[in-house]
Amino acid sequence: MPSMLEISPEQIEQQQLYRDMGLSDEEFQSITQILGRRPNYTETGLFSVMWSEHCSYKNSKPLLKKFPTQGQHVLQGPGEGAGIIDIGDEQAVVFKVESHNHPSAVEPYQGAATGVGGILRDVFSMGARPVALLNSLRFGSLKRPRVKYLFEEVVRGIAGYGNCVGVPTVGGEVQFDDAYNGNPLVNAMCVGLIDHKDIQKGIAAGIGNTVMYVGAKTGRDGIHGATFASEELSEESEEKRPSVQVGDPFMEKLLIEACLEVIHHDALVGIQDMGAAGLTSSASEMASKAGTGMLMNMDLIPQREEKMTAYEMMLSESQERMLLVVEKGREHEIADVFRKYDLEAVSVGEVTEDKRFRLEHHGQIVADVPVDSLAEDAPVYHQPSTVPAYYREFQEMETYHPTVTNYGETLGDLLKQPTIASKEWVYDQYDSMVQTNTVVRPGSDAAVVRVRGTDKALAMTTDCNSRYIYLDPATGGQIAVAEAARNIVCSGGRPLGLTDGLNFGSPENPEIFWQMEKSVDGMSEACTALGTPVISGNVSLYNESFGGQAIYPTPVVGMVGLIEKTEHITRSSMKQSGDLIYVIGETKPEFGGSELQGMMEGRHFGKAPEIDLQVEAARQEILLRAIQQGLVQSAHDISEGGLAVALAESLFDQELGCEVKVSGDVIAALFSESQSRFIVSVSPEDQQAFEAMVSEARLAGEVTKDGMYRIKENDEVVVEEQTRELKQLWKGAIPCLVKSKA
Amino acid sequence: MKFAVVVFPGSNCDRDMAFAITEALGQEADLVWYQEANLSDYDGILLPGGFSYGDYLRSGAIASTSEMIEQIRQSAERGKPVLGVCNGFQVLLEMGLLPGAMLPNKNLKFMCHDETLIVENNQTLFTDFYQDKEEISIPIAHGDGNYYCDEATYRNLRDNRQIVFTYGSNPNGSVADIAGITNEQGNVLGMMPHPERAVDALVGSEDGLRLFQSILTHWRNNHAINA
Repeated sequence: MPSMLEISPEQIEQQQLYRDMGLSDEEFQSITQILGRRPNYTETGLFSVMWSEHCSYKNSKPLLKKFPTQGQHVLQGPGEGAGIIDIGDEQAVVFKVESHNHPSAVEPYQGAATGVGGILRDVFSMGARPVALLNSLRFGSLKRPRVKYLFEEVVRGIAGYGNCVGVPTVGGEVQFDDAYNGNPLVNAMCVGLIDHKDIQKGIAAGIGNTVMYVGAKTGRDGIHGATFASEELSEESEEKRPSVQVGDPFMEKLLIEACLEVIHHDALVGIQDMGAAGLTSSASEMASKAGTGMLMNMDLIPQREEKMTAYEMMLSESQERMLLVVEKGREHEIADVFRKYDLEAVSVGEVTEDKRFRLEHHGQIVADVPVDSLAEDAPVYHQPSTVPAYYREFQEMETYHPTVTNYGETLGDLLKQPTIASKEWVYDQYDSMVQTNTVVRPGSDAAVVRVRGTDKALAMTTDCNSRYIYLDPATGGQIAVAEAARNIVCSGGRPLGLTDGLNFGSPENPEIFWQMEKSVDGMSEACTALGTPVISGNVSLYNESFGGQAIYPTPVVGMVGLIEKTEHITRSSMKQSGDLIYVIGETKPEFGGSELQGMMEGRHFGKAPEIDLQVEAARQEILLRAIQQGLVQSAHDISEGGLAVALAESLFDQELGCEVKVSGDVIAALFSESQSRFIVSVSPEDQQAFEAMVSEARLAGEVTKDGMYRIKENDEVVVEEQTRELKQLWKGAIPCLVKSKA
Repeated sequence: MKFAVVVFPGSNCDRDMAFAITEALGQEADLVWYQEANLSDYDGILLPGGFSYGDYLRSGAIASTSEMIEQIRQSAERGKPVLGVCNGFQVLLEMGLLPGAMLPNKNLKFMCHDETLIVENNQTLFTDFYQDKEEISIPIAHGDGNYYCDEATYRNLRDNRQIVFTYGSNPNGSVADIAGITNEQGNVLGMMPHPERAVDALVGSEDGLRLFQSILTHWRNNHAINA
């Protein structure tokens, strides 16, 4: 390195400077062994980001292996930018979820915006046109000024990026709990459509081929972002604001169009986005996957700032950049495609035979390491796991059963809980309709996007009730997958597969690792039972805020289903008075982790609701069949807040009324969160056919036109409220919390 | 009838606009890249929504100085129908084909939902398929949709019947609830709501289709006369 006084390999070792980059003593020794010498500063940087949890999954790999990833329709499982599932007619759906928690905790607008940008690139780098965005967000209590700020800015950031690139944000979920006060979760999911023949891979094949760099210039933003994402948030995290990248959605829009044009060019060999660990990960992974090496000349990297070192360029996470491998001699053909969009495609290196990753800067080789050592040889840790004391205590508790005297008032209070309340304040800021394919907009159980040119549609949702997972990760993990599938089925779709966004605290804490282990077990069982393989995913660990408080374990499930015919599309809203209301599934007094428990006790404890996966699968199958036969007017799963809340939500759209009968334990009937339950409405002429098909459905009442929400126990009215007034409580809660001065 | 959908870098409703013409209206539409083409072969010019040039500087401002602009101006002068939707409306304002300017929405947030529009003038080539004062449902999706003009300009717009659409319930703070205006000649329409998103009941509403049908019928009648 000329002029720069670079820190010597000896200093790195003696002063243990590698520790600042997130490498342990053992890891540093292992690198020294691989190289047969001490790594220099640049090389240490390469290893530190590639061996971070974020890039290497070194702590989570043993768990991820448990997920079922195979299936009849899976064209691409985990390992590429995103997973791919066949939907027939030579078309496929491409999707993935990714977290941007740490950046969003310190710089919420850019953190959320670049989270959207990154997941879009994962999908269009596969050759797919992004057709929908979803997200899964967790915040602390909206009564806290800092949380309110994070909430408003994260939503604004998602809107700012997604709206500009012209991909509709069609759905998602937002939940609030004190467990996220210091560490919000921002998970973004992208769904794309592709013709089979267009599927791309991120490989650097063909010795002598040219490596090209496209998109934004490299700056000093985001250096060590992957490392930052792999440690706990602390008082010093605020100082890491420079580690947060800055997004340019206009550049991304140009990249989308240019890349979707260039994939049809036969001179293109491989394409990958520069995500976490930027140039380092894209280049080394492309070579490693192809069994080749790569030589890059850092002088040729387009740079936004002066005098950048190779270390800075390799570790920068500047946004909106792609790496291409192109047939030698045909670079200008590729450059011409990008020029139309005012983008420069620059040759920066070549594919080599030696399986080494070499970097040249100012005429000197500044890094020379085996390419597989970066991409493949990161250590794998089998962390110890311990059953947490809290879990034992919860399991031994007596069943929690709240006392409610005024059911109507309790229902109103539940509807005002921010996790249950209408999220219109959020999704109104998202362009949910661009591309004009959005059939079911945000607010229903799952969003539905039609596949233009066919009679098919895709249902999509993100789900995760982290309270159940906290109480009992194995059961909670099963519920998360089952609930996502329920939402797909209620929309008229057959679940195809899922992408997982695993958000946990520090894996080095045995109790947290136990949560990870058990929830992955639970999810895997549900995936097998429901036939939904895991085709992609993301792991975000070290979600702990100042003082070491870990978040609730939050393995977000992003699921996509196929609706065979648009006439099967079903909404959660009841359509007309006179329709019969059925409840499917049995209700038990289960209040552990319930919204009611949180509201009344201020915390969650006890046992999570039970779930029987065989019952779940059979029930989903029969409901889907009834929907496909045209016997169902509306379908809604019963989740947070129980039947009373699900019923109210189903009536809000047209402000209809209902008369529903309950019996036995009324508090449980109204507010229990027993699993595998649905509320559906059926037109009277279909009564016989529906009851014959869904034999376990219980006729509970009917939709009325007087706009009164009425529930009776035997012949006594126990709840009587105006639907319109309930709706106002539900709609007004979040705007009111946001406006109020804390 | 053959339409040009002008595509600027950052336009993102261009394909939606073309689908509205080809699939719903059953006519021809080409996506015309802003540097490339000659607009003289087209019978109607459509400026789609999106974020041209990222809406950096000001919404529509950079696009309004680009190569294509002179051709759009000439098409308008020749009396061809020119429709600018959302970002397209902002471009028309920035290039001075329509009077006034756009401010950020009064709540300073992007908003996307269906709005009820009132047809204030059904005597234009864009609206004669609607009833006078008819209420129609068309989605909006914008951050800078708060139409502003001074009092004198407003009086001119009103007196010339250039105000074509107003909002039933003003979402963004626009002067006099204005959602769409034409030029004095009536062949250039700018509107913030998206009629191209309302041409298919499956995805919401069909109320926007009649706007395109009006354009088509008007063009056919003109052709019949000319022939």
